[in-house]
Amino acid sequence: MPAEGRGWAAAEVGGAAERTVPERPGVMAEQELPGLLIMDVGGTHGVQESLAALLKKHFCVITMKELLENKKEMGKKIQSIFVSECRPAIDKELLESLPNLKVIGNSGVGVDHLNLKMISNFGVKVTNTPHAVADSTADMGMALMLASARRLVEGSQIAVSPDTKYFAADWLGVEVTRATLGIIGMGRIGYKVAQRARAFEMKILYHNRNRRSKEEEQAVGACYSEMEDLLQQSDFVMLVVNLTPETEKLIGKKELGLMKHTATLINISRGAVIDQDALVEALQNKTIKAAALDVTYPEPLPRNHPLLKLNNVIITPHIGTATVQATHMMAEEAIANMLSVLKCQPIPSEVFPQ
Amino acid sequence: MEGQELPCVLIDCIGGKHGVYEDHAEFLKERFCLITMKEYLENKSFLGKKIRAIYMWYHKPVINEELLQSLPNLKIVASSGAGVDHLDLNLLSSYGVKVSNTPLTVSTDTADLGMALMLASSRRLVEGHQMAISPDTEYFPANWLGAEVSGATLGIVGMGTIGYKVAERAKAFEMKILYHNRKQRNKEEEHAVGATYCKKIDDLLQQADFVMLAVKLTPQTHKLIGKRELQLMKPTAILINISRGLVVDQDALVEALQNKVIKAAALDVTYPEPLPRDHPLLKLKDVLITPHIGSATVKTRHLMKENMTESIQAGLAGLPIPNEVLL
Repeated sequence: MPAEGRGWAAAEVGGAAERTVPERPGVMAEQELPGLLIMDVGGTHGVQESLAALLKKHFCVITMKELLENKKEMGKKIQSIFVSECRPAIDKELLESLPNLKVIGNSGVGVDHLNLKMISNFGVKVTNTPHAVADSTADMGMALMLASARRLVEGSQIAVSPDTKYFAADWLGVEVTRATLGIIGMGRIGYKVAQRARAFEMKILYHNRNRRSKEEEQAVGACYSEMEDLLQQSDFVMLVVNLTPETEKLIGKKELGLMKHTATLINISRGAVIDQDALVEALQNKTIKAAALDVTYPEPLPRNHPLLKLNNVIITPHIGTATVQATHMMAEEAIANMLSVLKCQPIPSEVFPQ
Repeated sequence: MEGQELPCVLIDCIGGKHGVYEDHAEFLKERFCLITMKEYLENKSFLGKKIRAIYMWYHKPVINEELLQSLPNLKIVASSGAGVDHLDLNLLSSYGVKVSNTPLTVSTDTADLGMALMLASSRRLVEGHQMAISPDTEYFPANWLGAEVSGATLGIVGMGTIGYKVAERAKAFEMKILYHNRKQRNKEEEHAVGATYCKKIDDLLQQADFVMLAVKLTPQTHKLIGKRELQLMKPTAILINISRGLVVDQDALVEALQNKVIKAAALDVTYPEPLPRDHPLLKLKDVLITPHIGSATVKTRHLMKENMTESIQAGLAGLPIPNEVLL
């Protein structure tokens, strides 16, 4: 196995020759850590301070600003890029300026913002963080379903409105317990949604590319369904798929038409999985009852978009993994993935172009 | 069936702010001769003797001694919901009037709402929605974070039917569950939801990331959560109330939130309801208030109506009363 140029990496690869032992054991000079490009630390689009500190333990962290100020020298140092909330954007120009780039470590599981084919052509690997996102995203799906069913946002507005004089007796929502939940996309996140929904005695239908094993189905009381059956029978339809060419506009006019008119659509996957124009029409015509969306296309929506004005829509600003705990876990998972690439070890979560 | 053959039941009114729902009234009229308070007051001496039951919806009609004295044939009061803190049970008992409530029908909806409030508050859902739709929003800031519910510690104060259903739900989020109750539940019940008993409420308050109040309102639970209890809570903790407003010392809560003694509160109940429009709780950023909607679903309200009807029919027939409230 070829040893990398850097002394630190060579020592880790463990070849007998070229072993570089630091003069003062336990003290790593900064240059010996592999270079990692990040957008920024703090500010409107940068990485949290605490995460930057975590990254600095394993990498020589270089911000975009520092790269742009000294492209030639910094460009050569960068072996990895930490992408968080789609930043920094990866384009051909950037890849061309980073001759020693080995890996892009994405924070988060969705990689639809990355041109995987183009990146692969440069010989660069891409990794994501499927484990770290699962609990917090499943929680968000449940939060949206409950908030929508029980009209929580509307209710909170009534409770604090200066015009409120009394609470009306006939102001009602719908039950979640014992209702039917249809999960489209039963991967890691979808399965965790099912585990949670089961505790609410929900009837759970699911649709997936591949059927889960009997044991897995029984453990959460989920029934495999064809899409049409799921759409027709569900009180809540939750989208938990990857965005791929196959799932783009998966939910369009036809699918919305199949749903119950009392049903709620919940999206915790990607905005482009839904035909947004068809959704607006369906909500305006009461083809479905309500929608709760953590994701839209684009994000944010233009301020004059009809979805912002409908009173049966809850939109959250893509916060499926926006917790202190999840962001830390994602950084740790990304670090482990990136280091495995740099150390030529088995990569836990590599993503390949389709 | 002629009108007179159906037993006469007093209700407050049909429709309007607090009245019996129109569609519920249709159901009730098939079984009872409904008399509204207005009708009763217009013809007290005649109707007073006929009324054998009161169908109490949203705590109305208000029952006082004067009313009880004018209804010599009153046998039973069926009250909607689980709480009976609005009734003078001793007074009713002294007139030989039985009381029923609907504790079980409301339990799953109320537990669901407790979970909804915990998730919404922890993940800053309402704030997030406002940001997502605000005309001023140009981008979604990075590092806008909430706190995780999964794997966190939930302390349930009051492990009755509702509290237990909360525990069942929280278990699926892999939460660590502590509970405080007058009586410890048995081992099987504890094990089924992975709940650990805290004999002293202090232990629960000190460890919990979320404190959920699911007790009845009684003289013992009045202002159960005051300044001392709030101080014991973690500064990162969230207080959730799905019981009654009076279980919390509201002034102490306002102070605790203003001084960041606790992180946030999510309240389905306050005292009074609604709060006066200039109340400090309405202005605090870290407070989520909902308008007492713990049991506010179409299905549950239907079930409540059916349960209350059953209780009245049993009470009038001299049979054991489902959901009877005993002193």
